[in-house]
Amino acid sequence: MLNKNPAWRYVLVIGMLLLALVYALPNLYPEDPALNISATRGGTVAEQTRSQLEQSFRAANIAAKSVVLEDGQIRARFNSTEDQLQAREIANQQLGANFVTALNLAPATPDWLSAIGATPMNLGLDLRGGVHFLLAVDMKAALDKNLNDLVQTFRADLREDKIRYRTVQADIGRGQVQVTFRSTEDLTAAEAALRKRDRELVFTTSSDNLTLLVGISEIRLKEIREYALEQNITIIRNRVNEIGVAEPLVQRQGADRIVVQLPGVQDTAQAKEILGATASLEFRLVDTEGDLGSALEGRVPPNSELYYSRDGRPVLLEKRIMLTGDHITGASSGYDEYSQPQVNIKLDAKGGTLLSAGTKNAIGRRMASVFIEYKPGTEIGADGNPVLVKQQEVINDATIQARLGRDFVITGINSPAEAQNLATLLRAGALIAPVQIIEERTIGPSLGKENIELGITAIQWGMAAVLLFMAVYYKAFGMVANIALVANLVLMVGMMSLIPGATLTLPGMAGIVLTVGMAVDANVLIFERIREELLEGRSVQQAIHHGYDRAFATIADSNITTLLVALVLFGIGTGPVKGFAVTLAIGILTSIFTAVVGTRLLVNLIWGGRRVQSLPI
Amino acid sequence: MQVFNFAKPLNFMRLKWAAVVLSAVLVLGSFASIAINGINWGLDFTGGTVIEVGFAKPADLVAVRQTLTNAGYEDAVVQLFGTSRDVLIRIPLRVDIAQAVVGDTVLQALNSQQAEAVTMRRVEFVGPSVGEELKQDGGLAMLMALLGILAYVAMRFEWRLSVGAVTALTHDVILTLGLFSVLQLEFDLTVLAAILALIGYSINDTIVVFDRIRESFRKLRETTVAETINDAITSTLNRTVITSLTTMLVLVVLFYMGGALIHGFATALLFGIAVGTYSSIYVASAIAEILGISREDMLPPPPVDKEGEGSEAL
Repeated sequence: MLNKNPAWRYVLVIGMLLLALVYALPNLYPEDPALNISATRGGTVAEQTRSQLEQSFRAANIAAKSVVLEDGQIRARFNSTEDQLQAREIANQQLGANFVTALNLAPATPDWLSAIGATPMNLGLDLRGGVHFLLAVDMKAALDKNLNDLVQTFRADLREDKIRYRTVQADIGRGQVQVTFRSTEDLTAAEAALRKRDRELVFTTSSDNLTLLVGISEIRLKEIREYALEQNITIIRNRVNEIGVAEPLVQRQGADRIVVQLPGVQDTAQAKEILGATASLEFRLVDTEGDLGSALEGRVPPNSELYYSRDGRPVLLEKRIMLTGDHITGASSGYDEYSQPQVNIKLDAKGGTLLSAGTKNAIGRRMASVFIEYKPGTEIGADGNPVLVKQQEVINDATIQARLGRDFVITGINSPAEAQNLATLLRAGALIAPVQIIEERTIGPSLGKENIELGITAIQWGMAAVLLFMAVYYKAFGMVANIALVANLVLMVGMMSLIPGATLTLPGMAGIVLTVGMAVDANVLIFERIREELLEGRSVQQAIHHGYDRAFATIADSNITTLLVALVLFGIGTGPVKGFAVTLAIGILTSIFTAVVGTRLLVNLIWGGRRVQSLPI
Repeated sequence: MQVFNFAKPLNFMRLKWAAVVLSAVLVLGSFASIAINGINWGLDFTGGTVIEVGFAKPADLVAVRQTLTNAGYEDAVVQLFGTSRDVLIRIPLRVDIAQAVVGDTVLQALNSQQAEAVTMRRVEFVGPSVGEELKQDGGLAMLMALLGILAYVAMRFEWRLSVGAVTALTHDVILTLGLFSVLQLEFDLTVLAAILALIGYSINDTIVVFDRIRESFRKLRETTVAETINDAITSTLNRTVITSLTTMLVLVVLFYMGGALIHGFATALLFGIAVGTYSSIYVASAIAEILGISREDMLPPPPVDKEGEGSEAL
């Protein structure tokens, strides 16, 4: 009997290895210091800007490796960090406030590799430095606000329906609104009236039939929580995008948590200010009597103020604020009956009253929404942190068609995207649930670099120790196992680079070291089995055949349980530990492949095709 | 080359009661230590702030402590971390200060009062709720891993072996926790990950032995249960020792070269794997034997399509 390999097996193993090798390659190229330039607030970067920048860099004697326009961003690569920093200053001076620059490390992957989607592994923050925040959304605040809104709404509704009540109060502890009446008839009438207006409410009556307890249905509660979380994520994402961080991550975690990762950011104070910055919104009437021309020259009418819209158009607005954004309870984009984009706005009861009074005598005039945000500017304050700058801009102005109430729409918007953007900004004007930082991890750049070096050294020495041991202990078969071990490492790195969600962390690197030690297990099992079979007097070829076949069931069983543990670990872990679980799981799969399929191929190739009397095992 | 080459199986099961007593004593000892000394929970579990700073020259810890006291952090724990130039500062959770800014104020204080500027290496703040959740999640994860293994081994093998395997794993976890409690080593998130990895590794060993027990039961017809188990353990002993050896080899490398952040991780796994190798031989198999595993339990089930002949074959 001879052990020969079917041709497809060569194709499979060599194909897999080549593929892994190609996708692992980008990790070998060093990273270039780079500069990312993007426009703020959905603006665009023109080709003209790019060529101007390139010229300025050349004028300042900065050798840029490349300056390209990609995905609406300018990406410039440099040879050194000094060039990169100098270039940033030039870019900041030249481009001004409408653009954001971010320092970055861009992988120097060759074009032919990028073309097939090969990229280096994602590195966790513990390896490249940066800040990690875990934010908790204060859901209680969102629910409380909702209850208080309900109180306002009930008062208005009952008054409108001319139903007499004694008190309307929010019972925050129980999450209910209590409405008391003088008579049972009033209560019954009120319940019917309120139920008709809002079907998501749960009504119960007290034993004396004079108090109506109104709760919020589970579905509505869930909606409120989702809304609060989504709103926060949208706002934080917008802000993070504007502070110039390359590859930031803003992600939901669980029911009320948000993970924010800002690679490369060291100044946590600034980052915290940005996350905690407040935005507000004001509605004002446009001053049509004042002269815009003379206002631009500095002669602003006493009752008005000069504002600018996002595209730089000056607008003269009345000083009187008609309504502030904290009365907005919801804003969503949609379409009117002619399929034109519009934004639907919902106000709380008080807001409705205010707006109704404010617009009563203003039909036909224009109303502007002003978005106000505090952002860190370029100036550095006494405490070493950037001074917060108040930024105000008119995000929309529209003609008042009728007296407005609690629900109104803004029409005349150019595109659905703009409508959506406007709705987001309107919502951002009143953050219904504040966030709190409950976890913060900052890794300095030096520590990140050190961690990478430590990890690589540990992998190298661990690998060397195991390779030596196997070669001494199993001789030629040990060398076969060693080839499999190296192939396993290539496969692991290739897989880690290929899977978009996989991130390498320090514990992940420890996981690779551990895998190197454990990956030989399958080969040890097989080789010991072959030795036993030989001792029992089987022929060489039978021993190889049985050794592999019998060991396989054991290898499968023992690795499936380990995989189970890796899955559990992935489920509970955060950040670094998740990285460990990923390398552990990938390592198990690749080591089974190389140790079982790979070495068998080699063993058969070397010893399987001929008559041999003994094995060098 | 071969580590062990025995002419006939070693009588492992002769020592099973001694092993059971030894393990019981160690487990009780671990529980006692955990009850008395407690576990030195790391930042991930307790919450609080940890600041690692680097000095250009070997650090003067007394001066650092003084600076911190002046800044209002009398309860800060200051120690060297890894090298003489790296200092780790721990500040426990307090109600009277805004936790999120502790890192910034401490760094400012150090930079303004120390003779030379320090470099920030890392600042970690964990809020109180996060730590509590992590303890619960970690415990839950261990429980889930153990239950998953219990179910899988019961399905693939037999319930007595399954109970033996999970007892051995629990034994390994408790002893490792005991070690961390006795030595008061810091128990952080990476150690939790190491203990879960240990569960995965230790079950590997156990399953290799069980697999052989099943095979030996089918192969050796004339032997007692104890002899069969001895035979299985002896014939897998080489593999058990070699794999443990290569794994310990890389862990020693990791311990010495992986840096201070990985120390706890490497320690937990090194100890755990030593204990796990012992427990997969003694605890797992001995318990299966004590529970009364027999040859009949391990024979392949009769083929379904030959129902009438099934009883005859047995």
